[in-house]
Amino acid sequence: MKKIIRIGLKALALFVVFNLAFALTRPVPSLGRLSLYNSVFPGRQRLPWGENAARDYNFTLNNLDAMFASHEIARAKPADEYRVVLIGDSSTWGFLLRPEDTLAAKLNARNLATADGRPMRFYNIGYPDFSLTKDALLLSRAMRYQPDLVVWLVTLRSFPIAAQSHALTQANSQEAQSIAPAVPITTSTRSSNLESARRDLADLVRLQLYGVMWAATGIDQYIPATYEPLQRDFDNDDSFFNLKQPLSEDDLALDVLAAGKRIAGTVPLLVVNEPIFVSDGRNSDIRYNFFYPRWAYDQYRVLMLRQAATQGWRYVDLWNAVPPGEFTNSAVHLSPTGSQVLADQLAVELVR
Amino acid sequence: MNLAHIFVFTVIGVMAAVFARWRPSLWSIVRPWVMLVVSVVALFWLQPGTPIRNLAFWLPIASLVFTAGTWAITQKIARAELRPTLITGLVIVAVVMLLALLREVELPFTFLAARPPSELLVVIGLVAGTGIVLLMGRAFNLKPRALTLGIVVLIGLLIALKLEPITALLSTGLRALNAQNTAEASARDLSWLGFSYIAFRLIHALRERQNGKLPAMSLREFMIYVVFFPALTAGPIDRSERFIKDLRAPYSAEAADIASADALRRTLIGIFKKFALADTLALIALNEINAGQLRPGLWAWVVVYAYALRIYFDFSGYTDIAIGLGRWFGIKLPENFNRPYLKPNLTQFWNSWHITLSQWFRAYWFNPLARGLRKPSLHLTPVSMIFIGQASTMLLIALWHGITLNFIAWGVWHALGLFVHNRWADWSKTRGWAETSGAWGLLRQVGSIIVTFHFVALGWIWFALPSLDLSVLTFRRLVGQ
Repeated sequence: MKKIIRIGLKALALFVVFNLAFALTRPVPSLGRLSLYNSVFPGRQRLPWGENAARDYNFTLNNLDAMFASHEIARAKPADEYRVVLIGDSSTWGFLLRPEDTLAAKLNARNLATADGRPMRFYNIGYPDFSLTKDALLLSRAMRYQPDLVVWLVTLRSFPIAAQSHALTQANSQEAQSIAPAVPITTSTRSSNLESARRDLADLVRLQLYGVMWAATGIDQYIPATYEPLQRDFDNDDSFFNLKQPLSEDDLALDVLAAGKRIAGTVPLLVVNEPIFVSDGRNSDIRYNFFYPRWAYDQYRVLMLRQAATQGWRYVDLWNAVPPGEFTNSAVHLSPTGSQVLADQLAVELVR
Repeated sequence: MNLAHIFVFTVIGVMAAVFARWRPSLWSIVRPWVMLVVSVVALFWLQPGTPIRNLAFWLPIASLVFTAGTWAITQKIARAELRPTLITGLVIVAVVMLLALLREVELPFTFLAARPPSELLVVIGLVAGTGIVLLMGRAFNLKPRALTLGIVVLIGLLIALKLEPITALLSTGLRALNAQNTAEASARDLSWLGFSYIAFRLIHALRERQNGKLPAMSLREFMIYVVFFPALTAGPIDRSERFIKDLRAPYSAEAADIASADALRRTLIGIFKKFALADTLALIALNEINAGQLRPGLWAWVVVYAYALRIYFDFSGYTDIAIGLGRWFGIKLPENFNRPYLKPNLTQFWNSWHITLSQWFRAYWFNPLARGLRKPSLHLTPVSMIFIGQASTMLLIALWHGITLNFIAWGVWHALGLFVHNRWADWSKTRGWAETSGAWGLLRQVGSIIVTFHFVALGWIWFALPSLDLSVLTFRRLVGQ
C-alpha cells in the first residue's frame, strides 16, 4: 500500500510541476511555428479550417503561427516567383470547393506570368467568415512571406462594424486591435485559462496528424453530395445590420481597409468586390440575395468606388461577374465553374 | 469502457485494497460478493444503447440467464449448496431490481444507456429467467445431450449476431414486438455487450464438463468467472480452473501490495495505450471512409501502418486495463499480447496476438480436429493435415469477428500465410538454413520481423474495411495504381 501511495504522490507532484511549467512558459503560441508541413507533408493549399475534423481531415484553430506554418506559403520562395496572396472570406477560401477548384487554384492553372516572364503563383489566404479585421490580421501575417501582390476580395457583409468580431480576431485580440484600433474587439476568454491552453496544444498535435490525411487524400474539406441550395425567395424585408439609409462611411469599417493598405506597404494591393448571387425570385426587387437589400449594396458599391478614387486603391468591381447558376449554398459561395469564371475575369485585371 | 468507467472501477479497486488491508478476514468473506455485485452492475452499465426499446436492459439480463443456465446444466448441485445458491440468485435479482428502479430516479449523470423498462416487466422477465434456469437445472443437469445442445445454442446465437441478414431480421422482429418502425431495422441494433466473450467462456465450461475437467463451482463463482467486469468488453478469455484458483486464494497482505502496484501500473499503461496512442492514431488510420479517398503512393502505406498500430494499442490497451482492474481483486487475468509485431514469423505472431482466443480455438477446435485427421482411414498426408487444421482454425477465428466476406478473406490470408510459413520452415530446415547466427542471423531476424509485420499489416486491410472492392482498391493504391 505504501508503494501505491508513493506512486500516487509522485504522479501528483509531476502533474503539478508540468502544469505549473506549462502555465508559466505558455509555450503554445511559439510551438505553432514548429510544423511538419512543407517538409514531411506537402503544405496545405488553404488555411486550416473545418467543421468536422473526422470528415474534413481539417479543423479550426486560432494559432496564426501554426496556421501559416501548415500552409504552402511557408515554404521558401523561389527566386523567380511572383507571389500573389489572395485575402478574403469563405468564398476565397473555397467553401464546398475542392482545393483544385478554389480561385487561387484556378488562377494557378492558368500559368500566368508577369511582363518580365516571372511565373505568377497564387496563394489562398482566404478564411471563413466575414470580417475585414480578420482579413487584415491574416494579411499582416501573410506579409512575412514576401508577397509581390496582394489581392483582397471583399464584400459588403465584411464591412459593418458589428461584423468585425471573429474567433480569429478574438483569439489574437492584441494583434487585431493594433491593426484596427477603432474597431471594438473582445478578447477571447478561452485563451486565458490552462485547460484551453492544453486544448490548444492538443490542436497543434492534431494539425500535424491530419497532415498524414492531407498528404494521403488531398482532401481538406468534406463536400457532401447534396446540400441545401442558396435562398432565392425572400421576405419583404430590406434591413441590413440595423443600418439606416443612406449608407454612410461611418457605418463601415473602411479604416480597416486603409489599415490593410498600410500593412501591404509598397506591395501593390488590388481590392476586388467579389461576385454575389443576384436573385430573380420573390422580393428580388428589394433584395439581391439573402445577405443584401438592394439599397445597401448599391450604395456600398458607390461608396467603394468613391473611396478607391480618394484613397488611391486599385479597385475592381466584379459584383455580377458570375452567373446566378454558379453559386452553391450562399450568395458568395461559388461552384467550380463560378470559380473558373471569376479566375478568368480576375486574370484579365491582373494581366492589365 | 471509457475513462469514466475505468476511473470508477479503479476507485472501487483502491477501496477494496484499503478495506482488505484494514479487515483481511472480513474481506475474504465480502470479496466475492463485491466482485459479483460490481460485475452484474457493470453488465448493465457498460451495455451500449440500442434503438430497440428496453433492449439495452434485456440483453444484460439475457447474459445473466445464459450464464446461470449454463451453470445449472454443468454443475452438480448438492443439497448443501442450495442455500448459498439461493442467496446468490437473490443478490443478482436484487441488484437487477435496484437498477430497474433507476427508472424512477432522475440522475444528474447518465448511468444506463436507456431508461429501464417498467418494474412489472422486469419482475416478469426475472421470474421467466429464473424459471428457465430452474428448469434447466432440474431437467438437464449434467445431461450429455443438454451440454451438446447448450453448445449448439450458443454457437447458433453467435452466428445469428454476427451474420448481418439474421441480425437485421432479429432487429425487425424485436422492433415489431415493440411497435417500432421496422423499416429502420439494422444489424447494428443488436450490440450485445461482450457476448462473444461470454459465449466463449460458456462454451469452454460446457466442453470442459463434457471432458470431465470442469472444476466444481458455486453459482456465485461461476457468475463471477463469466461476467467478471474487467474482462467484459474485450476479454481476455480466461480458463475457469485458473480463474477459480485466484478467486479462492486466501488473502495475503504482501501479495495484495504487489498486486495493487501492478494493478495501478497496468491500468495506467492501458489507459495510455488506448486513449493516448490508439485514439490518436485513429485520426489517421485506415477506415471505410478514407479507404476510398486514398491517393496512390507512400502516404497510403502510412494510413495502413497507422491502422495496424491503432488496433494493437487499442486492443492491448484494453487488455492491460482489464488485467490491471482484475489485480485489485486478486485475479491475475491471462496475458493476451506478447509483442506480436516483433515476431519473426506468422506462427509466432499468432502465439502472441489475442493469445487467449488462439488458445481457445487450439483447445476446442485445432487439437480435436488434428486428432481426428490423424485417423489412418482418412489417408491424409501430414501436409494436408496441417493445411486443413490451420485453414479451418483461421477461418473460424475470422468468423468469430464477424460473418462477412472481408473477415473470411482475412482468415484465408492468414491461413495461407501460416501454411506458407510452415512449408518454408520445413524446407529451410532441411537445407540447414534455420540455424544462422552472427550478423547474417541478426539481419535475417530483422528481415523476418519486417516481412511478418507487413504481412499482418496488409492483412488488416481485409479486416478493417467492409467490402472486398474497397480492400482491393486499397491494395491498388499501395502499389501506386
